[in-house]
Amino acid sequence: MAPIDWQGTERVDTSPDVSDEVKTTTCYMCACRCGIKVHLKDGAVRYIEGNRRHPINRGVLCAKGSAGIMNHYSPARLSQPLLRVGPRGSGEFKEISWDEALDKAVEWLGAIRRRDPRQLAFFTGRDQSQALTGWWASQFGTPNYAAHGGFCSVNMAAAGLYTVGGSFWEFGEPDWKHARYFLMFGVAEDHDSNPIKIGLGQLKGRPADRAAKFVSVNPVRTGYSAIADEWIGIRPGTDGLFVMSLIRELLRADKIDADYLVRYTNAPWLVIQSPGTAEDGLFARDAQGHPLCWNRKGHATANALLPDIVPALVGEFELPDGRKAVPAFQLMAQRYVDDRYAPEAVAAETGVAADTIRRIAAELAHAAFAQTVVVEQPWTDWAGRRHERMVGRPVALHAMRGISAHSNGFHTCRAIHVLQMLLGAIDTPGSFRFKPPFPKPCPPAQRPAGKPDQVTPGKPLAGPPLGFPTGPEDLLVEADGSARRIDKAFSWEAPLAAHGLMHMVITNAWKGDPYRIDTLFLFMANMGWNSAMNVPGTLAMLTDKDEATDEYKIPHIIYADAYFSETVPYADLVLPDTTYLERWDCISLLDRPICDADGPADAIRQPVVTPNRNVRPFQDVLIELGHRLRLPGLTRDDGSPRFPGLYADYMVNHERAPGIGMLGGWRGANGDEHGKGSVNPRQLDRYIENDCFWRHELPDDQKYFKHANKAYLEWAASVGFIGSADPIVLQLYAEPLQKFRLAAQGHGRVLPPERERARIRTYFDPLPLWYAPFEQASVDIASFPLHAITQRPMAMYHSWGSQNAWLRQIHGDNRLYMNRATAERLGISDNDWVHLGSHHGRIRCQVRLMEGVNADTVWTWNAVGKRAGAWNLDPAAPEATRGFLLNHLISELLPEREGGYRYANADPVTGQAAWYDLRVRIERAPADAGSSEPRFDPLHRPAGLADRPDVLRYGASFKARRALDSATGDD
Amino acid sequence: MTSLPAAPPGQKKLGLVIDLDTCVGCHACAVNCKEWNTGGHSAPLTDHDPYGDAWGVWFNRVHSFEAGDGAASRTVHFPKSCLHCEQPACVEVCPTGASYKRADDGIVLVNADTCIGCKLCSWACPYGAREYDAVDGVMKKCTLCIDRIYNDKLDEVDRVPACVSTCPVGARHFGDLGDAGSAVSRLVADRGGYDLMPELGYRPVNKYLPPRPAKTAAGATGAPAALEPRAAAGGNKFLAWVDRMLSR
Repeated sequence: MAPIDWQGTERVDTSPDVSDEVKTTTCYMCACRCGIKVHLKDGAVRYIEGNRRHPINRGVLCAKGSAGIMNHYSPARLSQPLLRVGPRGSGEFKEISWDEALDKAVEWLGAIRRRDPRQLAFFTGRDQSQALTGWWASQFGTPNYAAHGGFCSVNMAAAGLYTVGGSFWEFGEPDWKHARYFLMFGVAEDHDSNPIKIGLGQLKGRPADRAAKFVSVNPVRTGYSAIADEWIGIRPGTDGLFVMSLIRELLRADKIDADYLVRYTNAPWLVIQSPGTAEDGLFARDAQGHPLCWNRKGHATANALLPDIVPALVGEFELPDGRKAVPAFQLMAQRYVDDRYAPEAVAAETGVAADTIRRIAAELAHAAFAQTVVVEQPWTDWAGRRHERMVGRPVALHAMRGISAHSNGFHTCRAIHVLQMLLGAIDTPGSFRFKPPFPKPCPPAQRPAGKPDQVTPGKPLAGPPLGFPTGPEDLLVEADGSARRIDKAFSWEAPLAAHGLMHMVITNAWKGDPYRIDTLFLFMANMGWNSAMNVPGTLAMLTDKDEATDEYKIPHIIYADAYFSETVPYADLVLPDTTYLERWDCISLLDRPICDADGPADAIRQPVVTPNRNVRPFQDVLIELGHRLRLPGLTRDDGSPRFPGLYADYMVNHERAPGIGMLGGWRGANGDEHGKGSVNPRQLDRYIENDCFWRHELPDDQKYFKHANKAYLEWAASVGFIGSADPIVLQLYAEPLQKFRLAAQGHGRVLPPERERARIRTYFDPLPLWYAPFEQASVDIASFPLHAITQRPMAMYHSWGSQNAWLRQIHGDNRLYMNRATAERLGISDNDWVHLGSHHGRIRCQVRLMEGVNADTVWTWNAVGKRAGAWNLDPAAPEATRGFLLNHLISELLPEREGGYRYANADPVTGQAAWYDLRVRIERAPADAGSSEPRFDPLHRPAGLADRPDVLRYGASFKARRALDSATGDD
Repeated sequence: MTSLPAAPPGQKKLGLVIDLDTCVGCHACAVNCKEWNTGGHSAPLTDHDPYGDAWGVWFNRVHSFEAGDGAASRTVHFPKSCLHCEQPACVEVCPTGASYKRADDGIVLVNADTCIGCKLCSWACPYGAREYDAVDGVMKKCTLCIDRIYNDKLDEVDRVPACVSTCPVGARHFGDLGDAGSAVSRLVADRGGYDLMPELGYRPVNKYLPPRPAKTAAGATGAPAALEPRAAAGGNKFLAWVDRMLSR
């Protein structure tokens, strides 16, 4: 047969119409908040792409964002308000109207508010509207509010905000353009997705004469770590030791930036050395309260905040009152030059060879001091002194969940910030940079409200529910020292719990410890599954009844979510939310905005498609509910709603302080004021005209040294980011911690109960310390020899991903990954089924061997495992049959410790959930196991869910129309 | 069997250059490809049992694996789509002429109207780049976004394949590999870009850039292997800082 000629086989339409219309909005497929362009065709979503103009993603879009169509059209979408009619967990609901749903909520919540507002616990999950939800809780009058930060990153946020006035990720970023050395700790695969990927691409693509080295410190070598120039497969929970060893090497070699320490940190501030007294370990202060230093120009104490003094970094000095004091620097140096932190001494614990630690220290010093970056840009410091150029230390550090999710994470994160300070590598060219509105004073000025006189029936809370205590007097405790909040945040058990302790709410509410609540109101938090520690126990608590009354111990549960998650069947009242393409939203400077280091920015979501179900945006519902409850901020004096246009109205017209609202762009009557200004009724139009975001680029002389840059500080104060233009002094030595410690020694007015004192004394160290994570310190390590951790994959964001027809083809089940050599030693082969046991529980799962994981660590993808029937998946879907969670092995409570009390499985300073402290043992399961365990009863689909299609041919209709258009000549 | 067009010297050869030094395996390229193409030239990219044991048509897939053992091992993220070979066996075996290589730019396409779904091409392709749509009964594959790259209804900057446009790390490059002076050809020359399985003789147009050498050895950044402790006179560990006059 002669070959067929290739010619003339097909007419290809190379210029089809892509869409009828393109609308911009903000992605919500994870927490990054990228700008997207949504192409609409025939009223449906044809294509979603990154917006090139957007400061976060600059045109790129990750796998999740690219799969937004499948979340938007997911058959797991709820379609109607639901009221439970069967027992909790049965999934028996009746469909009700929105009026009925809101009436029911008002009936429950109104009674609480009249009686004791604290009986409402309002906890939101991956909520990007915390500026609204936190304010709403405050208007309602309950202090029992938090979002998911206590699960995730409060150790990073709190350590950062108490130390440098900013933090990794949300409030700071690496200087991708100038860094010569990038050291990244414990960052999961898809953390800060597109910004980090863009940055890494930039870093790796540098020309040879400005080449950068990227070092990833992480027990697991996947994702970002896979392209690191060097991977350090550290033992989980020992990063602090590694960092302290680096600090030791730098100190001993005098490779530190002493000028930076003196100018910008509290290293020279004098610390009172007067053991046994009420001021021991506090800063010496003058009569006006200014901290003192020893001024070598004049050989006397001086106000440490003055310019042009010559403060001593070491030495012992006599204060005017005769007491002794030493600079904070000396206390710090004394601690870390100790041989306890010698590379040889920490090598076995960290799993990092001593030579490697020494080499990394030398490389940090080389980058910082031999590869100094100079930006030829004059600037003026806080004292009005002009500097001709900006000189920087091009060492950028970044850290996240792997540091955060340990019970020693607060101190480890502080240690990382101390390392940055020693290198002069905070907000200088090439280093970590603050994102405005940060830096803020360390800590920010907001204090949590919820003391007895701040909670009044029928009235708003006298302040915000979350904040930053500066000493025991700011705690929310009763006279006997017990907690005021249901999650025990800001109590002696978690004094600096700036994001609350969501992982303790259900347990505490069920126990009635510290008290019973009436209603648990959750939004976007899968507390019945992958957001809970101890899932079986959690489900038992949600369904447990009081024998005397036959009422549930948590009497009412309201849940708002867009999808049929594992938590929905446990709610009494379900408020169905929209998808992210169907709503107004606000990525506010009052919350967690989209700023970058070169300027503040914020953004909105606009509805780009109309819901085809009886669902409403949660924020609209919350505002209407607030009005029905007659909350003062949501109700006019005549009783009418203050924001009849609901959230879009609130976004524009609500002012937190005069001129300061939810959105910073185009304020003022004419829309020509930015940051601060009166309400502009056309503000949303202006956002939409600008692709749904606003950004102010800082002038070049404000882009570095923001903590001490006069022009920046004055501007930031003028727009309300900070209270005054005073310089922000970085806190090497954290005095607020010492105040708690002094209380534990019996000093002061607010004292911890006896039971808490040893714990506070130990962990409220004003200098970073390292201790073994609590779980491993509590269990027999020989019985539980392995660490077990999780991360989420690049292409999936927590539980939302498994309903996504495309993403679940990439991650439809999960394996337990373990080190090949370790497995061989234990007689475990690739694909074996194993039992994994902890002090708390046992699961069965399937193993995959790999090289790139710490030898004593096993890990898996988080939240891929699903309960059968949830998310409208086939009950036999791989997520339910082979997928698994480590959550079943993790207890929300630590094993009994001193005195038999079971503390929260959390950091003792911040209450951060210690997910990664888990210790396990592994045993082979029978070869024919074939499925994961435990298995839970399959969930029943609630009414109103769409049928699952057998075959999905999304997009066929667009092609069909194209064929029709071309046949009819319609272009 | 189907013939190939003549390829005179200097013939345009459009293709991709994929940088394995920077690919983090995020699947953005694969999913963005899927969403573009499921409504594009070869629409739809059918998914079977999408909420059960799902499997579907993808033009671009990322394979993640480890190479080497122990300390010498590395993690590789390897995105793979049609390589638009200069000598594409998949075309030559096609009994109907449905699979063809375009003369103008070298893109390998399938004409769905004449494809009979015999799958000979997928047997012939050594790279596993062909994707059978069981509902339509035809073979589908990467079109190099033929409905984007020439699309005069898109801004010029957007006239690149979806996978290139969306790649967050910038690991994917598109251009004319037949032009030795093009940006992609220079990138291949500078970075030692290579062919996938060249021994098979299909001469792929797409190229892969290998990882850059790791900087793990002492001295790789110019730094010494360790820092020298400063001599501590008189045993005072802090003497280094005692005499330093540091002005605030």
